[in-house]
Amino acid sequence: MHTAVTIIDYGIGNLRSVISAFDHLNIEVSLASKPSEVLNANRLILPGVGAFGDAAKELRSKDLNKVIIEFINDKKPFLGICVGMQLMLSASEEFGSHAGLDIISGNVTRIPTTPLIEGPHKVPHVGWNALSISKQKNINYEFFKGIDDGDSTYFVHSYMGIPTDEANVLAGVDYNGYRIPAVIGRNDCFGCQFHPEKSGPVGLQFLKNFASL
Amino acid sequence: MSNLRLIARLDIKGPNLIKGVHLEGLRVIGDPQEYARQYYEQGADELIYMDVVASLYGRNNLSDIVKYTTNNVFIPFTVGGGVRTISDVDNLLRSGADKVAVNTAAVSRPELLSEIASRFGSQCLVLSVEAKKISEGCWEVYTDNGREKTGKNVLEWVAEATNRGVGEILLTSIDMEGTRRGFDVELTKAVSTSVTVPVIASGGMGSTNDFCDVVDTGKADAVAMADVLHYGRLTIPEIRNVAKAHGCAVRDF
Repeated sequence: MHTAVTIIDYGIGNLRSVISAFDHLNIEVSLASKPSEVLNANRLILPGVGAFGDAAKELRSKDLNKVIIEFINDKKPFLGICVGMQLMLSASEEFGSHAGLDIISGNVTRIPTTPLIEGPHKVPHVGWNALSISKQKNINYEFFKGIDDGDSTYFVHSYMGIPTDEANVLAGVDYNGYRIPAVIGRNDCFGCQFHPEKSGPVGLQFLKNFASL
Repeated sequence: MSNLRLIARLDIKGPNLIKGVHLEGLRVIGDPQEYARQYYEQGADELIYMDVVASLYGRNNLSDIVKYTTNNVFIPFTVGGGVRTISDVDNLLRSGADKVAVNTAAVSRPELLSEIASRFGSQCLVLSVEAKKISEGCWEVYTDNGREKTGKNVLEWVAEATNRGVGEILLTSIDMEGTRRGFDVELTKAVSTSVTVPVIASGGMGSTNDFCDVVDTGKADAVAMADVLHYGRLTIPEIRNVAKAHGCAVRDF
């Protein structure tokens, strides 16, 4: 018996809000902390808060990194949230250099503290920001069903994940002149820098769309 | 800069949403869950819950509203009142809160702020400051929901607190709170221009003019509203439209 969505529970971050959001949508969720549970999932979510290095270390120590890649190679839907999205990239420079899952080629770098436009500029980037959706080839845009260009979602982060190939950036936000990737992906594999579970009806729509992929 | 945030603040005593004047003379408004849901549906950017008698009795009693919010309201929310230990913070974050607000316990032991920030990150740590004007350009920090003087100067205290890793400041003017006569714009400006973290102005909003003043002159990053929403004198969509027409960057909802 497998639920519609499985959330990876690797001791990083609070899963309560993500679970509540799926409960609210009447979508069954389960938690997975063992490699076999991850492999058998129908759809997989990798959440995460805090430092990239700590999260990557926890994944490796629980032998979850290889099965996540195997799961994705099976072409099953995957969603990384916040640090979970950043972990999809090759590496991060947060507190030293750390390897990611390298599902999408790219790096995690600090949001520059000098603004590109006049006015106050604060890092971390905290608050609601409007998405601009970029159309790319070979992406399942069902994930964006019911989402409009300009819809806002909730962000809280100091580092940003930049795919090497612009084609992997599916949506971005403008932060004082910097274009921060908000959704990255390839095929049925997605990552959100924002927190869909805290982004009101727009965020819930993303989660609903994911559970329908 | 980021979008200006419109925040609904709900002060809670026991099972009730309450509202006072100068943080005193509390009056029961109703069931906090109903108001929380309504503000979420209207498009509030965040919610703040304060247990107003928590530090008096040495406990935080908001578990019902926290649980309700986690299950039904999908925007960030902050919980304050009686937060005094790392384990209080851990419990609230595990229950679904995004941030905790600390006042009384931090004033008596400022190290608590550093401990929370290094354990859970600055993004979840809000310093709640209850400020009372003493003279021109000078405000004193109060605790226990405006009951106790501390002798601390507001500007010195926010400087120390931000050095200790506070990620945001909820700044309540005791003088203006509940009066509907407008924010203490000078206070907001003094704090906002002296720290690098976002400042949430709180206390005194009676009209949309007050809102524009505290943003334009006070340089607030976010505005907390209570009375004006609870009594239905303005709705969040009305405030959002005024803010937009005034040229403020706000979320499209």
